[in-house]
Amino acid sequence: MSIIRFVNVNKWFKQLHVLKNVSLEIAQGEVVVVCGPSGSGKSTLIRTVNQLEPISDGEIWVIDQNVADHRTDINALRADVGFVFQHFNLYPHLSVLDNITLAPIKVRKQSREAAEQKAVQLLERVGLAHKKDAFPSQLSGGQQQRVAIARGLAMEPKIMLFDEPTSALDPEMIGEVLQVMKDLALSGITMMVVTHEMGFAREVAHRVVFLDHGEVLEQATPAEFFSAPKTDRAKQFLKQILSPMH
Amino acid sequence: MQLDWSSIPRASNALWEGFQFSISLTAFAALAGIILGTLLAMARLSSIKPLSMIASGYVNIFRSTPLVIVIYWFYVVLPFIIGRPIGAEHSAYVTFAIFEAAYFCEIMRAGIQSIPKGQVYAGSALGFTYGQNMRYIILPQAFRNVVPLLLTQTIILFQDTSLVYVLGATDLFGAADKIAHRDNTLLEMYVTVAVIYFVISFFLSRLVKHLHSKIAIIR
Repeated sequence: MSIIRFVNVNKWFKQLHVLKNVSLEIAQGEVVVVCGPSGSGKSTLIRTVNQLEPISDGEIWVIDQNVADHRTDINALRADVGFVFQHFNLYPHLSVLDNITLAPIKVRKQSREAAEQKAVQLLERVGLAHKKDAFPSQLSGGQQQRVAIARGLAMEPKIMLFDEPTSALDPEMIGEVLQVMKDLALSGITMMVVTHEMGFAREVAHRVVFLDHGEVLEQATPAEFFSAPKTDRAKQFLKQILSPMH
Repeated sequence: MQLDWSSIPRASNALWEGFQFSISLTAFAALAGIILGTLLAMARLSSIKPLSMIASGYVNIFRSTPLVIVIYWFYVVLPFIIGRPIGAEHSAYVTFAIFEAAYFCEIMRAGIQSIPKGQVYAGSALGFTYGQNMRYIILPQAFRNVVPLLLTQTIILFQDTSLVYVLGATDLFGAADKIAHRDNTLLEMYVTVAVIYFVISFFLSRLVKHLHSKIAIIR
């Protein structure tokens, strides 16, 4: 049973056709990596799942609700879908702890004590319990992204979406974020990840989706995709991204 | 020309009372203006066209009309609206709150626009409504970013409150003006109140400058 299902999704930015007839299913508990050249529509695609980006036509079913239907309570749905951004987007005026507890308290109506207890647990899980009283500006990029992941997990989402979570990080910080994501993948949560980290895809993804010019060109297991890509464009992409000069 | 400064100390009680009214008018207009201005700024930035048009019409009207005309205008119109005479002082409170809201609106609008779009996305992605996003994420940051501008506008507002003397209200300048005419000490009185306005405004603006550098460090 799929937990995310794209049915003939199209998206235009004015004249620009950025998503072309995308149909895609993601099963519960599946870890799917979406890759493709820049400008291929990957970020747009992942942002349509919780309607940060509205679609032009088609249907997207998330946890049995059509997100494009205006009768869907989109805020309630978003609360069940965690989203991690390329640029973290932590709240700079709030401490790490408050960043994590704000939504559980205001959206989930949890008590402050319960929310803080949970937040501390999550911070331990991402290795940052000692930073709970720090402000985002006092953290490195890698630490901020780990807090952002904890913030998403605090809502106990059924799905976690990652939009290029390591692209804005210095190279030495990528590993710590990927490690947290690997641990998360093993926990059984459904994950959709837009990334250029092919090592991550190879190790933990169940499936790789290759997108180019707004079209899904290939879907395969990582083993298949990396050893025997079917389309020329995927071959070209892999050659560029895996070359040692990159 | 003979200057007689001896009447100034004798006038201090009346000046003090006028001063208190000036301060209370400034404080009320700043507070009400900031609240109303924030709502106007949200309306101006709204994607609901009629709402943003009404808000921008409001701002343009008051920003393009001399304050002294607005003061007279409200003084004449307000009694018709509420059906009884309102008095110079109450009229001044209402006028300044409504007039200043237009200026505070533009400041708050700049503040809201200074917050990166990613902050809104982050809130939305967690399930926040528009109102929750504004209240917990956008406005606290926007407000902090524009505190120096809000205070600067309040200093200008403090000086502008002297215009209520045209209604015969006894603010600091109104009090000075009345005594000046009674005692025939126009120059002495005007110089005295000018110094008072200057000292307060000058030191407040120094304070704002200091605050500004502090906020810049936090950011």
